[in-house]
Amino acid sequence: MSTILTVNELTKKFGQLTAVNRLSFSIKKGLVYGLLGPNGSGKSTTLGMILNVVNPTSGSFSWFGGTQSTHQALKHVGAIIERPNFYPYMTAAQNLRLVCRIKEVSLDKIDDTLKLVGLYERKNDKFKTYSLGMKQRLAIASALLNEPEILILDEPTNGLDPQGIAQVRDIIFKIAAQGTTILLASHLLDEVEKVCSDVLVLQEGKQLYFGPVSALTTDYGYFELCATDHALLIASLKEDSAIERVEENGTIILAYPNKSLKTADLSKTLSEKGIVLTHLAQKHKSLEEQFLTLTQNEKA
Amino acid sequence: MKRLFLIEFEKLSANRSSRILIGAYLILLTSIALVAAIRFDIGPVKFHIAEQGIFNFPYIWHFNTFIGAWFKIFLAVVIVSMTANEYSNKTIKQNLIDGLSKREFLHSKWILILVFSGISTLFIFSVSLILGIIYSDYNEFSIIIKDLEFLFAYFIKLTAFFGFCLFLGTAIKRSAFALGFLGIWQALEGICYGMLKWKSPAWIDAETVFRFFPLNAMSNLIPEPFSRLSAVRTLANQIGENITGSNQVQWLDVCIVLVWCFIFYSLTYRLLKRRDL
Repeated sequence: MSTILTVNELTKKFGQLTAVNRLSFSIKKGLVYGLLGPNGSGKSTTLGMILNVVNPTSGSFSWFGGTQSTHQALKHVGAIIERPNFYPYMTAAQNLRLVCRIKEVSLDKIDDTLKLVGLYERKNDKFKTYSLGMKQRLAIASALLNEPEILILDEPTNGLDPQGIAQVRDIIFKIAAQGTTILLASHLLDEVEKVCSDVLVLQEGKQLYFGPVSALTTDYGYFELCATDHALLIASLKEDSAIERVEENGTIILAYPNKSLKTADLSKTLSEKGIVLTHLAQKHKSLEEQFLTLTQNEKA
Repeated sequence: MKRLFLIEFEKLSANRSSRILIGAYLILLTSIALVAAIRFDIGPVKFHIAEQGIFNFPYIWHFNTFIGAWFKIFLAVVIVSMTANEYSNKTIKQNLIDGLSKREFLHSKWILILVFSGISTLFIFSVSLILGIIYSDYNEFSIIIKDLEFLFAYFIKLTAFFGFCLFLGTAIKRSAFALGFLGIWQALEGICYGMLKWKSPAWIDAETVFRFFPLNAMSNLIPEPFSRLSAVRTLANQIGENITGSNQVQWLDVCIVLVWCFIFYSLTYRLLKRRDL
């Protein structure tokens, strides 16, 4: 698998504040990466540096193995940073034509990409007349003009209404399905969980985790249980050697296993003890909970 | 080069206010021709400007480039607002992300400056040539091509002025403030000159120092043409004044202004390079 981006000890200081602190990671072709972190954790600064708009204080990065200058490499990158930035007095088609000239690609793809994001009918309207959702979709169209090797998205659904979020997410799924490498920065974890295979977790500019999502969420999950005999259920669970911890959450009891435990086995064990279950479900910690645990551990 | 020009052309041609300003500018440049129509007919006094010799070759080159340079502020507004808007719309950020280098961004703007200066020079050349052919008393080829250095000076003067505007637009990022600052700078140069004359020690010659100030150096490129008119000289002689001093393009001034062009270019690049977006 070829490497698209290598980042080495990248650091950015704004005066006293260290926004990004010695970040090192690499991005391989064909995977979908999530860049996670709360607001102000340095996600946008990191993307700004690799996109040539923020000067790094120290450290380095190289695109496509460092064979070309950053601005040449960026012609093969599609990027959408925070808010869509286009010339308000130009139409969608004119804006895209300008992008084509900058990226040195032919003008033929403009209509196709506009159709892909559903803006073809409005292509001759000025950018300033667009709604935020349409602006965001135009930004995606512009990022796709050059058939990019990698698509970088920074909070692409920020500020959109539910419909707009769904539209943008659909487009991202479509692109990911084509095998395009994606780097998606977000603080919306379900967004990342749904599409990403690998994550980089940032907090206060420091790298907390870099690796596959599956490794981050690997645990034995937990069970939600309800029974006619509440007290007996708790007692039996506490006796069970496979259960590490039991919690009560209102009428629902949460049981945390200390090894891989199947729902059927648990059900069988409990019924042998004469417990009639009214509810049994195996749950996994969401990425969100994992993330909170991870960032909290770091603080403590 | 062509790519950078096309990029800038796309940005400019879609902007209505810029189109209107450029159109107005070209109309105003042409309107120099209207001076020819000025005539006073007050009883015995008949005065026709076109017959006072201002359209004579080679004087017309001097006169028209001097007057034409007044209108450069129109294009200056276009340059400043186009540059400042790149910042307020954050499109400069998008341009860089899309794969334009900072150097290329600066070059695309400088190409625009050179095109503006070039078109203005061509325009002034054509208008003057036509007016001259109609009204000039001398039409020999050798006289027509005399003093053409005024056109060169005009080109350099505009280029430097627009370069200064581009620098101010980049540095201040707000078009209104940048233009305001241009006015303040002009005043500052005057104040500094006054202070130098008034307070400076004897070994500093105020005139010499003033000659190196950017806006003053640009205006020195084309000295006022009026004292070359025979009518004005006659009048001056009658009131006991003798007009001295050169009215030609001084090559030292050309050099000073070219150095300023280089300084504006480098400072703008430094700003672009250092600034985080």
